[in-house]
Amino acid sequence: MTLNTFKNVLFSVLFLAVSFAGYASDNSDPQEGEEFNPKEMILHHVKDAHEFHLWDWKGKPVSLSLPIILWTDNGLTTFSSSQFHHDDTGKVIVEKNGGKFVKFHEKIYQLDANATTVAFDEEHHPVNAHKPLNFSITRNVFMMWVSVIVLLLIFLTAARSYKKSKDGVPTGIAGFVEPLIVFVRDEIGKPMIGEHKYKKYMPYLLTIFFFIWINNIFGLIPILNGANLSGNIAFTCTLAVFTFIITTLSGNSNYWKHIFWMPGVPVPMKIFLMPIEIIGMFVKPISLMIRLFANITAGHVIILALMSLIFVFKTVAIAPVSVAFSLFITVIEIIVTAIQAYIFTILSALYFGMATEDHH
Amino acid sequence: MDLITPEFGLVFWTAITFLFLLLILRKFAWKPILGAVSDREEGIKTALASAENARKEMENLQADNERILKEARLERETMLKEAREIKAKMISDAKEEAQEQANKMIAQAQTAIESEKKSAMAELKNHVAGLSVEIAEKVVRQELSNKDKQLELVESMLNEAKLN
Repeated sequence: MTLNTFKNVLFSVLFLAVSFAGYASDNSDPQEGEEFNPKEMILHHVKDAHEFHLWDWKGKPVSLSLPIILWTDNGLTTFSSSQFHHDDTGKVIVEKNGGKFVKFHEKIYQLDANATTVAFDEEHHPVNAHKPLNFSITRNVFMMWVSVIVLLLIFLTAARSYKKSKDGVPTGIAGFVEPLIVFVRDEIGKPMIGEHKYKKYMPYLLTIFFFIWINNIFGLIPILNGANLSGNIAFTCTLAVFTFIITTLSGNSNYWKHIFWMPGVPVPMKIFLMPIEIIGMFVKPISLMIRLFANITAGHVIILALMSLIFVFKTVAIAPVSVAFSLFITVIEIIVTAIQAYIFTILSALYFGMATEDHH
Repeated sequence: MDLITPEFGLVFWTAITFLFLLLILRKFAWKPILGAVSDREEGIKTALASAENARKEMENLQADNERILKEARLERETMLKEAREIKAKMISDAKEEAQEQANKMIAQAQTAIESEKKSAMAELKNHVAGLSVEIAEKVVRQELSNKDKQLELVESMLNEAKLN
């Protein structure tokens, strides 16, 4: 399997997604009479939310209400996000299970026992409320599950088509995903981990590659409001922690020796290198986490900032420029979706390879 | 700061979802797909190897055929050569024998001629002797009719006999 196949796939995906790019981002409408604040709008889009806002209809937001699940002192508390009536300023108070809850900047706060309204300090932090453990099905969690359903549909169908065809020739969607799977195996797994050990890591590498890629792509679909899952640090952090755990668990004696007592250098150097290597152990997954988060978020920020220009200048004349530029960036972002998934996967594979490398 | 603070809820759901996805896909997608792919690769490898083997066998067969053909040609040539030699030998043998036979016949003929000649000579001699005796008788009869001549003859005979 060559890089060419991968390129072909990349371009076909790119071509497919250009049709979406025309939409660019929507939903930057400020409240009547309010000054448009691009920073707020962009952050609102990039961050997670408790409801799935689709579009505004006659001045009213049309959105999908998502369940809010909290773990409070009184146990599990659940209610629909629609009970906040799209309020995000902490004014609407929902009383449930003996607690009073408000939503402020897409965070759920529980009011302290004697408080009736939420009060803020000078830096706009609530003073008489605290955050309960929040397991809510947010926009990102929802999109993640949609992506899981799509992934399962694609790959289970592909797997079934192999079972059906007796000669093992891929048909249908299997013909599309097989080059990608073989690419991950031959260009990531085998060269990074080694011919003999790569098999054990293939399920993880394949899953992480397609999981990141599809969520990167979903983040770019404007009608889904750019649920920025793979640009969310919680998501990248979790995946990086998985890579870290697997690396650490599969580390052999050679790997640990290189960290704590570097062979082949004088003793003072060994002592000097030890803390650096230990830091490096943690820096590797942290770099994974930040790289994916920053790349995807930056892409979203740029697209949204370009679209904001129309509202900042308050003229339609700038729209063609904005659309043209954000289209251009979107096209680049579509390439970035695959590249970042590839980089995350290949670096994970590289770390596994380093952890399992034999003494030579 | 909000942006770079991982939220617990999302970490929780991501971990659970990812593990779920990993387990499901590993069992129901990656295993059969990778298995099918590697099976097919193995199949292709063995097919190629067997094709190579077949090709080699074919080559061997061809080489064998050629060798056999060559051997046959050589054999034919040697046989022809032998036949030619045998032919030449037979001819020469026959010639020799004929020569010998001829020589023998000639020799026999010669001896026969010789003996015939001898017997003919002997007969001739006898005949000549008879004739001579007859002639001599006749001559002597005539001579002896005269007394003087008889004496003269006896005389000459005696002289001759003395010389002998």
